[in-house]
Amino acid sequence: MASLVAQNINKAFGGYTALDNVTIEAKSGEFLVLLGPSGCGKSTLLSIIAGLETLTDGEVLIDGELVNHLDPKDRDIAMVFQSYALYPSMTVRENISFGLKIRGVPKPQREEAVQRVAKMLKLESMLDRRPSQLSGGQRQRVAMGRALVRDPKIFLFDEPLSNLDAKLRVEMRTEIKKLHSILGVTIVYVTHDQIEAMTLATKVVVMKEARIQQIGTPQEIYDQPQNTYVARFIGSPPMNLVPGSLERSEGGTFVRVASASEALHIPVSSDLGRPADAGREVFLGVRPETIFEANRTGPEVEPFRFDVKLDVIEPTGSDDLAIFDLGGQEVTARLRPGSGTAGEQIALAVDLNKAVLFDARSGNRIGNVR
Amino acid sequence: MSNSVSASSGVGLNFGRIAGRVLVLGTLALFVLYFLAPLFVMITTSLKSMPEIRAGNIISLPRDPSFEAWRVAWQEACVGVECPGIRGFYKNTFLMVIPAVTVSTLLGAINGFALTKYRFTGHRLVFGLFMFGCFIPHQAIILPMARALGMMDLSGSLWGLALVHTVYGIPFTTMFFRNYYISIPQELVKAARVDGAGFFRIFWSIMLPISAPIIIVSVIWQFTNIWNDFLFGASFTYGANAPIMVALNNIVNTSTGERPYNVHMAAAIMAALPTLVIYVLAGRYFVRGLVAGSVKG
Ligand SMILES: Nc1ncnc2c1ncn2[C@@H]1O[C@H](COP(=O)(O)OP(=O)(O)O)[C@@H](O)[C@H]1O
Ligand SMILES: [Mg+2]
Repeated sequence: MASLVAQNINKAFGGYTALDNVTIEAKSGEFLVLLGPSGCGKSTLLSIIAGLETLTDGEVLIDGELVNHLDPKDRDIAMVFQSYALYPSMTVRENISFGLKIRGVPKPQREEAVQRVAKMLKLESMLDRRPSQLSGGQRQRVAMGRALVRDPKIFLFDEPLSNLDAKLRVEMRTEIKKLHSILGVTIVYVTHDQIEAMTLATKVVVMKEARIQQIGTPQEIYDQPQNTYVARFIGSPPMNLVPGSLERSEGGTFVRVASASEALHIPVSSDLGRPADAGREVFLGVRPETIFEANRTGPEVEPFRFDVKLDVIEPTGSDDLAIFDLGGQEVTARLRPGSGTAGEQIALAVDLNKAVLFDARSGNRIGNVR
Repeated sequence: MSNSVSASSGVGLNFGRIAGRVLVLGTLALFVLYFLAPLFVMITTSLKSMPEIRAGNIISLPRDPSFEAWRVAWQEACVGVECPGIRGFYKNTFLMVIPAVTVSTLLGAINGFALTKYRFTGHRLVFGLFMFGCFIPHQAIILPMARALGMMDLSGSLWGLALVHTVYGIPFTTMFFRNYYISIPQELVKAARVDGAGFFRIFWSIMLPISAPIIIVSVIWQFTNIWNDFLFGASFTYGANAPIMVALNNIVNTSTGERPYNVHMAAAIMAALPTLVIYVLAGRYFVRGLVAGSVKG
């Protein structure tokens, strides 16, 4: 168990910038998730931490010690790969103990360690099989076993669940979370799946095109997205971004949203509306579950009421996703089942305490609405 | 199909189909005969006595089959003025072929591994040079090779010939292994490096154990080429050091009086036997290995 710092990491492949001044930090015992779409440089960053890839510029420190010049084997890390990368000619036992064998651990201790890990991962009955005789989920567990057996300083996971089917993925996700809470190890985990990131991480690093967009706890990332990219990337369905413009009057500061009937004037905190900001194009960021039926708002909510015509209702069982038009933008609300039918005119309210304002041009967050 | 209308045309169709079948099978059978006829003549002739050969029909079966000609070929066939049989040359060839095949295959495997999994600066150029090596004809390297062997004091020796074959074979074996290893996931090597394994450890413990199909291809390719080689053997060895193909040529060309065709045929069959055996035993792995793609975990 150890801390990790990767500081001002730059990586170029020829003329292509794969990482642009990226800095991340994982404290001891932290579960750090690198989240971003395919090709944004997550695997490259992980490989640089592991020492499998050289860096163009920057520093990697493990427990405060600079490891830039160290080989992967001397960094005391373990890594789980997307393809599992099990050694095809070796049995499960040999796969798990290969690293120990190379490090000169005597046979009895090796066997003991294999047994311990096999028990933890429910692999006891398949130690003598080869990878080709295992199912996808079993292979995944062997790959985990190979990492766990060594008791390294840091665990690196590169999309370890993305080759599993949906059900198994959820199961393994829980297993990984359990392992982390039992062992308390430091983990850097790469995924493009925002749900995986939200459920597993103690800290999420959202990346896009070689750059970090935001670092924070899952809740911070969800509630206070730093920009429209993060707002759209996190959550399912993602945050609604309603286009509007800032307006000032004696009554205060408002976001004016064009609407089918008459424009809505949504009141926002007055420190958002400096005189210079009048007319500024903005997005009002609203999570689907912060929109209610107008008569169902609770006491802690600061509601803003408006009428819309529902275009589509998508029942999910637990909720109905109601889709309607606001300011020329399709907006999704998570309503209680049976709240309305398609084509119906309905009164809704949005909780302004949870709404966020973004600058339309830069996409950056301006601040909370309240 | 409606049967009332097509009854007559159906017969015509069937007849046409059968005729086509007969034509195809007949042609194939002819080709089989054509290709097997020389082998048949070699075997029958080697089992005949000289008087029978002189008197008889080349495709008749032996009246009184005997392995005498085989014994003579093995123990007493004359090469020039000496008559040691082919056994010594046989042994020579194995002594030369086995190290040449083993070393060239092993080096090809290491090269292929390095070219695909340990990409170094200039790996593309190196690969291009190997590819170029595959297109160099035997004739082009005879003179420089003779000089080189002379400088290494290996002229005329079996070791020298083994070295020539090894070097000449490396571009081919490298290509085989390179093309095989390129389909093996890079992550396998990364995982092993994280586990603490170095270049040769990964090669021995992880790559070689999954290389059986391409090892078979490489061994068959190298074995048959080296065993059947005549030009290098004739150029770089002489006398008792000659490999089997050179010796066979010398036996056939040694003529004092009557040519012992039965002995020649027996010697030729024996010379061809090892490559035949290899193909029969491993031929299907050869084809399989040539088309083998990635190794799925
Ligand atoms: N060895 C390489 N050579 C050239 N480009 C590379 C190499 N490895 C990765 N890249 C490029 O760097 C970018 C980031 O890759 P990667 O880190 O694998 O993305 P991610 O894991 O986030 O999907 C991609 O555009 C990829 O094409
Ligand atoms: Mg990746």
